Amino acid sequence: MALSGMRGLSVFISDVRNCQNKEQERLRVDKELGNVRTRFKNEKGLSPYEKKKYVWKMLYIYMLGYDVDFGHMEAVSLISAPKYPEKQVGYIVTACLLNENHDFLRLAINTVRNDIIGRNETFQCLALTLVGNIGGREFAESLAADVQKLLISSSCRPLVRKKAALCLLRLYRKNPDVVNVDGWADRMAQLLDERDLGVLTSSMSLLVALVSNNHEAYWSCLPKCVKTLERLARNQDIPQEYTYYGIPSPWLQVKTMRALQYFPTVEDPNTRRSLFEVLQRILMGTDVVKNVNKNNASHAVLFEALALVMHLDAEKEMMSQCVALLGKFIAVREPNIRYLGLENMTRMLMVTDVQDIIKRHQAQIITSLKDPDISIRRRALDLLYGMCDVSNAKDIVEELLQYLSSADFAMREELSLKAAILAEKFAPDLSWYVDVILQLIDKAGDFVSDDIWFRVVQFVTNNEDLQSYAAAKAREYLNKPAIHETMVKVSAYILGEYGHLLARRPGYSPKELFTIIHEKHPTVSTSTIPILLSSYAKILMHTQPPEPELQNQIWTIFNKYESCIDVEIQQRAAEYFALSRKGASLMDILAEMPKFPERQSALIRKAEDAEVDTAEQSAIKLRAQQQMSTALVVTDQRPPNGMPAQPSIGPLSLVKVPSETVDSQNPGDQGLTHPNGVVYKEDPQPPSQDIIGDLLGTLSIEGPPGAVAQSPQSATYEAEGAPSAADAAALVPVGEESGSVQPIGNINERFYALCLKDSGVLYEDPNIQIGIKAEWRAHQGRLVLFLGNKNTASLGSVQALILPPTHLKMELSLVPETIPPRAQVQCPLEVMNLRPSRDVAVLDFSYKFGPTMVNVKLRLPAVLNKFLQPITVSPEEFFPQWRSLSGPPLKLQEVVRGVRPLPLPEMANLFNTYRLTVCPGLVSVIPCVSDRFMNLLNMFLLVEVELTGVPLSLV
Amino acid sequence: MHYTVCKELNSVILSVSSQINFVCLISRQGKVRLTKWYSTYSQKERSKAIRELSGVILSRGPKLCNFVDWKGHKVVYKRYASLYFCICIDEEDNELEALEVIHHFVEILDRYFGSVCELDLIFNFHKAYYILDELLIAGELQESSKRTIAKLISAQDNLVEVAKEEASSLSNIIAQATK
Repeated sequence: MALSGMRGLSVFISDVRNCQNKEQERLRVDKELGNVRTRFKNEKGLSPYEKKKYVWKMLYIYMLGYDVDFGHMEAVSLISAPKYPEKQVGYIVTACLLNENHDFLRLAINTVRNDIIGRNETFQCLALTLVGNIGGREFAESLAADVQKLLISSSCRPLVRKKAALCLLRLYRKNPDVVNVDGWADRMAQLLDERDLGVLTSSMSLLVALVSNNHEAYWSCLPKCVKTLERLARNQDIPQEYTYYGIPSPWLQVKTMRALQYFPTVEDPNTRRSLFEVLQRILMGTDVVKNVNKNNASHAVLFEALALVMHLDAEKEMMSQCVALLGKFIAVREPNIRYLGLENMTRMLMVTDVQDIIKRHQAQIITSLKDPDISIRRRALDLLYGMCDVSNAKDIVEELLQYLSSADFAMREELSLKAAILAEKFAPDLSWYVDVILQLIDKAGDFVSDDIWFRVVQFVTNNEDLQSYAAAKAREYLNKPAIHETMVKVSAYILGEYGHLLARRPGYSPKELFTIIHEKHPTVSTSTIPILLSSYAKILMHTQPPEPELQNQIWTIFNKYESCIDVEIQQRAAEYFALSRKGASLMDILAEMPKFPERQSALIRKAEDAEVDTAEQSAIKLRAQQQMSTALVVTDQRPPNGMPAQPSIGPLSLVKVPSETVDSQNPGDQGLTHPNGVVYKEDPQPPSQDIIGDLLGTLSIEGPPGAVAQSPQSATYEAEGAPSAADAAALVPVGEESGSVQPIGNINERFYALCLKDSGVLYEDPNIQIGIKAEWRAHQGRLVLFLGNKNTASLGSVQALILPPTHLKMELSLVPETIPPRAQVQCPLEVMNLRPSRDVAVLDFSYKFGPTMVNVKLRLPAVLNKFLQPITVSPEEFFPQWRSLSGPPLKLQEVVRGVRPLPLPEMANLFNTYRLTVCPGLVSVIPCVSDRFMNLLNMFLLVEVELTGVPLSLV
Repeated sequence: MHYTVCKELNSVILSVSSQINFVCLISRQGKVRLTKWYSTYSQKERSKAIRELSGVILSRGPKLCNFVDWKGHKVVYKRYASLYFCICIDEEDNELEALEVIHHFVEILDRYFGSVCELDLIFNFHKAYYILDELLIAGELQESSKRTIAKLISAQDNLVEVAKEEASSLSNIIAQATK
C-alpha cells in the first residue's frame, strides 16, 4: 500500500477509521478542525508542507460529510504558491471544496490567468483543470479568449490542448453569451483533423456543445465527423493504447455519433451513404461476447448508433432491423441490455412507421413490468405508456390495473396516474373509462388524486348515456364491505345525482340507495360528509311522492349536523334541512347539475407540465418537436372564453416520481405515512395480533384479582411504546410530591373503569374534578371533558395539553385559563383513529391553586376497543372466515384460567362492553365479530371464545 | 372523446448537451471515499445527494442492472469489492458509456496502485483526485489512453519529488552554512 507521504494526514485518517461510532468520529473530527483552525490563525508560522497537510485534512473531513466553513482562504492562497507541490494542492482542494458561486474564487482569478498564459505547462494544466471544473461567469469573462488561444495554438502540447478544449466547453456551456465562438466553425473543423486522440476526444465534446446550440454554423464539421466515425469503426490507424478491450475508443465513437444527432439531416448523398454503411456495420457487427467490459463498450456504441439511425429517419428496412434488435434485447437475461432495450424502444416510438412492429413485443414488455429490478420495471411502464393508443389501450390499461395490486409502493403512484391518463386519452368508449377509474379507486384509492375522480364526475355529467351506467356501477361498489373513501365520495355523488334514473330496478329505490350510502357514513372523514349530505338531499328531492319515513331519517341527520363544528358541514346541513321543507321549489334548487364547460384535463395538463419541467433539450427531444405528428400529448380544446381550467385543488403530487427509498423500507416499516397524509397499511398481521392480544388482555381484568396480577396481558393499557408519560410513575400528580394536593381515588382504577364505559370521573382531587363523557362512532370519537372547580376560589393557569400517540388525531377545544368558583367547564375533544394501536393518549393537565402548581398526567380512555363496531354474523358465515385464518400472528390463542364462572348472558354483556357481539344460536362457542374499525383499514376481527371446564348448568 | 393535437414548442428550457454531473465513491458501509462535482451544487445539496443516493444504491441487490433513476437524472454505478463507484449523468446520456468510464477509472487506479483496494483510496484519496482530474474535466472524458494518464501522473509525482529534494538540499545548505 502506497502511503500518502504525509504522516500527520495518515494518522488522522487511521484515527477516524478506528472510531467505533459516529459520535466518536465527530469528536475526533471536531478536535482536528479545532487544531487546523488554530494553526491557520497563526499562518505566519506554517511551513508549505504543513499548510498542504492541513488543507488535505480539511478536504478529507469535508468528504466525510462535515461542514467545513473555514480555511477556504488558505486553500485558495496555496494556488499562488510558487512551487508545484503547493500549487497543485491549492488547485485540487479549491476545486473540490468550492463551487462556482464562492466569492473566494474571485481572489484567485488573476493567479489563474497568469498560470494559463504563463509558460509553465504543468501550471497551465492545473489552472485549466480548475476552470474547467468550477469556472463561473467571471472566469469566462476574463479567461475565455486565453483558453481559446491555447486550444488552437500550434506550440502547445496535446496535454494542454485537450484540457483547454474541455475548459472552453465548460465556460461555453455555462455562459454561451460570454464566450465568443464566431468563426469557430473552421477552427473546429481543423480540430477534428487532430491526430492526437486525447485532443480529438475533448474537441468532439466541445463540438457537441457547440452544435447543440447552433448547428447551422457547423455544417462543415459534419463530413469530418463521419470520417472520424468511419476511421474508428473500421479501426483504421488507431493506436493500440486508444483501443478499449479491442474496440477503438468507444467513448469517441459515442461522442461523434452524438454530435451527428444534432444536425437535422445529412444531405450530401455521399456522406449519407458512408454514414449508413458505418451504421449498418455497427448494427450488424455487434455480437454478445463473454467479457463484460467489451460487451458494455460495444453496446454503448450500438445503442448510440441506434439513436442516430432513428434520428436520421433511415429507410424502413433499417428501422425494422433496429426494432428487431431491440426486440431481442428486451428478452435477454443481461439486465443492463434489457433495461436499455426498453429505454430505446420507448425512444423509438417517436418514429411513426415502427410502432406496429413494436406492438408485437407487447407481451414481452408486460413481462418486464414484473421484473425484480425496479429500474427495469420503470422503463417497461414508460414504454407501455408510450406505446399505448386506441388499438391496445384496453389491453395495456387492464394490464396496468392488474399489476397495480401487486406493485410496490414506490411505483403505485406513477402507475395509477399513467393508467388514469391512458384511460382518458384512449378510451374506446366512455363506459370503459368509468370502469377503469372506478377500479383504480378501488385498488389504489390512496394514490388517486381528487383530480381523477372529479374528471369522472365531469364525464358522467356531460354524457347522458353514461349516467345510468355509472350509477349502476357505483351501486355495485357500494355493496362491497370495505371501500376506499374516495369511492364513497364518487359513488355517493353519482347516486345522488343519477340514482333516480334506475329507480325502477330492484335495489334502487330511494330508500335503498339512501341506506346503502348511509351505511358508509360511519367510516368516512369530515371531507366526505358534505358530499353525503348533498347526496341525501338529492335523494330526498327525487323521492316523489315523499316517503315520510325516509324524510324523517334524513332530516334527523341534517338536524344532527346542524351543530357540527365543521362549518361546511354545518352550513350544508342547515340549508338542506330548510330547503327540503320547501316542497316543490326544492326541485328547482336541487335540480340536476348543469354540464361542465369542456376543460382540458387537469390530469393531463399537470402531467404535461411535469414533462416540460424536467425536459432537457436533447437531440431526441428536439426531434420530437420537429415531428409534431408523433406528439404523444393530446389535450382537450380549451373553452373559447378562456375560462381557467379546473381550479387547482392542492398540489398534485402524483406526477412526481416517488423516491425509491420507499422501496427499500424494511417490512417492519409498512405503516407508511404517505405525503398526502394518508396512512396506509398493507400488512394486516401486526395489527390483528395487537387487537387479539389486547382483547384477551382486557378480558382478564374482569377475572379474579389474582389472575389480573399474573396475566401478562393485564398490562395492555400500559402500552409498550407509548409516550413515556404513560407509564405508571408519570401518572402520579406532581403536586403529590410536595404533599399539598392528593388525588382522591385511584387514578388507574378510574382509567380502567372508563375503558369499559363511556362516562365517569377521570380524576379528582380536593380542588378539581375531571369528568369525561364519550361518544364513539367508527373510527371517530367525541369526548367531553368536564372540569369542575370544587372550591370557592378560582383556579388559575389552567392548562390542558393532549399528548396523542401517533395513531390518534386529537383536537381539544380551547380550555379557559381560569375556572370560576364552583363552576364547571366543558371542553370537547375530537378523536380520530388512524390505525389500530395499543398506545394510549395522555392528558397533561395543570392548574394553579393559590401558590401551589398542580400537574397531572392522565391516560385518556380512547383505547382500541372503543373504535370497534360490532356486526352480526351467522355461524355459517363466521366459521369459514375463522378457519381461513392460518394461525399466528393472524390468529392467536390464549387460555385464561381461574376465571370465575359467569352465566352466559353476563358473559355476553361483558363482551358487549368491549363492543363485541355474540352471535345468536351458538351454545358452547361464542363467536364475536367486530368490524369496520376505521376508514382506511377495514379489517375484520374475529374472536372465538371456547368455554371449557365451565359447569354445564351455566351454559 | 375528441382531442386536438397540441405541442408546446416554446417552453422547453434549453440546456446544452449533457454531461457527468458528479462522481462519487461510497463504501458498502456508506462511507464516502471520494466526491467530485461537475455541476453546481451547494454544500447542503451535496450532502443531501450523497445521503439519498447511498440509500438507494446500497440497498440494491446483486444481479440487477447498473442504472437507477434519480431525481430526473440517472445514476450509473458499479460495485468493485467493497466500493461502489457512482456517476450521475443526464437522462438522455449513454449509460453504458458512463459505465465504462467507471471501469476505465478503476483500471487506471489499479495500474497506479498495483491492484488497488479500498484502503489505498482511503489513505491516498488525494492521489485519486489527481488521477480523476486527468480522466475527466467539466464532466467529460478527457483521455481514454491509460498509458497517457499513467505517464502524466508519474510526471507529476516526479515534480513533487524533485521539489522535495530541492527543499531538503536547500535546508542542508542552510544547515551547513549556519553551522
